[in-house]
Amino acid sequence: MLARIRSLLRVTAVRLSIIYTIIFGLLAVGIVAYMTGATVNVLRSQFEESINQEIVGLSRIYRNSGLRSLIGVLERRSRRPGANLYVVTNPSGEIIAGNVPRLEPGIMNRTGWSRRSFRYSRYGDGSDGNHRAVARVLEVPSGIRILVGRDIGELEEFREVVGRAFKLAIGTMLALGILTWFFVGRRALKRIDQVSKSSVRIMGGDRSERLPVSGTGDEFDRLSENLNHMLDRINRLDDGLKQMSDNIAHDLKTPITRLRNKADNALTLTDNPEAQADALEEIISDCDQIVKTFDALLMISRVESGSQVARMGEVDIHELLTDVFELYEAAAEEQGIDLKLEAGKLGRIIRGNRELLSQALSNLIDNALKYAIVSDQSATITLATEQRDSGLGIIVSDNGPGITAEDRTRATERFVRLDKSRNKAGNGLGLSLVKAVAELHNGNLFLEDNNPGLKVVLLVDREEAMANG
Amino acid sequence: MRILLVEDDRDAAGYISRAFVEAGHNLTHAADGETGKHLAESEEFDIFILDRMLPKLDGLSLLKQVREAGNNTPALILSALGEVDDRVEGLRSGGDDYLTKPYAFSELLARVEVLGRRAGNAEAETTLKVGDLELDRLSHTVHRAGEKILLQPREFRLLAYLMQNADRVVTRTMLLEKVWDYHFDPQTNVVDVHISRLRGKIDKDFETQMLQTVRGAGYKLASSGGD
Repeated sequence: MLARIRSLLRVTAVRLSIIYTIIFGLLAVGIVAYMTGATVNVLRSQFEESINQEIVGLSRIYRNSGLRSLIGVLERRSRRPGANLYVVTNPSGEIIAGNVPRLEPGIMNRTGWSRRSFRYSRYGDGSDGNHRAVARVLEVPSGIRILVGRDIGELEEFREVVGRAFKLAIGTMLALGILTWFFVGRRALKRIDQVSKSSVRIMGGDRSERLPVSGTGDEFDRLSENLNHMLDRINRLDDGLKQMSDNIAHDLKTPITRLRNKADNALTLTDNPEAQADALEEIISDCDQIVKTFDALLMISRVESGSQVARMGEVDIHELLTDVFELYEAAAEEQGIDLKLEAGKLGRIIRGNRELLSQALSNLIDNALKYAIVSDQSATITLATEQRDSGLGIIVSDNGPGITAEDRTRATERFVRLDKSRNKAGNGLGLSLVKAVAELHNGNLFLEDNNPGLKVVLLVDREEAMANG
Repeated sequence: MRILLVEDDRDAAGYISRAFVEAGHNLTHAADGETGKHLAESEEFDIFILDRMLPKLDGLSLLKQVREAGNNTPALILSALGEVDDRVEGLRSGGDDYLTKPYAFSELLARVEVLGRRAGNAEAETTLKVGDLELDRLSHTVHRAGEKILLQPREFRLLAYLMQNADRVVTRTMLLEKVWDYHFDPQTNVVDVHISRLRGKIDKDFETQMLQTVRGAGYKLASSGGD
């Protein structure tokens, strides 16, 4: 139980609510004390004011009309409901008139305001001096003293009522506070415990486990949701990595086995030096191909990790397209393919990496040259740009056989080659690199239907693009 | 040509040494950065070939120190790091060329021969003359045996580069780097097509075929045909 409470105290919500309760309580005490004090003072000064007026009036009556008429006035006033206290004493100190049978001794000895409240008795009260009052004593010539006072029971009562109400309020507040801490804290603890349990299961290798989401959309839910998204992403990356290492194993094993067989074969060609040289050359070119595959993989992971960002500069899209177009035009023509550059509104400068964008574009054209040709029609490859809502699209489209809708997503994955026979040169990494380059430029890679053919859109984000003049 | 090779991988060094000697060059080998630096400072070489990762003193620091001492011998940097960033860094440290491992020896040989015989400053010369072929950078004209040849701008740059390095093998990658400023290998044989177009323009009507293909290596613009 103690440990439970201790762990409750470690919950931030509980700690904060305790601190707030204390601060609030102190403030409330202060305010209530100030208010009661001020109210009491106001009432008191009202008493004093009325007593002052009355005592001055009474002394005037005594001076003008003598003791008898003073006593008469006092008798009348004493009978009014809620009357003040009146006492008249003779020079020897005996009470000769008034509505107070007994007073605390010594009160009549001092003239002026009583320094503190004093006890007195009332007629018909029976009890003994249990009322309290404040009063002013005035001595008139011939030694007669007049006391006018006021019972302060009301004030005391008021103070008491406030005090009781206050205690009740503080008590309720504390009780509610403790209850709230308990429930809030317990709930928070419970959620945290659930999250830790799930995390332990995830760390234990259960990759499908997710953090609980209560559905209330509170901060715990938001945290859990984000962590769950993170886990999803990690899983996807992990799957991708597994898929890729399988693919690497497969894609490299095949050429290495072939290489080994070729080397084996070259060994047997000792009596035919020319054939042996040819075999060795073939082996070297196979090795180069393997190295290229590795380089491409490294390049992709470098681009994906964004380590090239440092070299982002200004790239003129028109120049970029023109340069690549010019590099490929002759080669395309040689293959009987019409490579076109559609110079529309090309005057755009974006922030990017010329080398990577060129390589991406070159990969796209390589692909188009490889796959666009269908025997019975003239093939055309078009380079263009297109302003889209989501950014600037660099487009490479062809009128070849295209890619079916379901294959399009798969096409950009590493090592995926839609051509099952794999009889065209290539390592299945071309589009992966293009996608990585697009993402480096805050964009994306889309494969679309060109009706007929394939339309590849290398999107560069609009925010990265700035208008050129 | 006297070559200084600083490379800590003995196998690679041995293989490169033999191949260069076979190609008629004179090669001195150092296995670590400090020995390399000492040799570079005390002897005369036509070219340095420096590995980036070396014991004691890495290739780039070695080169910086040698350059600071006023030695401007051309340097080629060999590296397993092939990214553009790395290349830029290599060239900034005073390197004149950069080659990523693994490479074909023919590529290394071609680059070393082009670098080491960089006679004076051919790039700044306004006119180039190889055999009966003449190129004028200012007027952007090319003549062969007095006949004017019309070239596209890129073909002009391609020919200029080949003429600067006449009689030396230049590889496809070198052409992509120097003429197009691309540091990647397109899958399509784009360079071959450009070369064959250029050949069609400068060699078609002539007996001597100047622009030759060197099998397994690249191309060569020969000043006198046939060799």
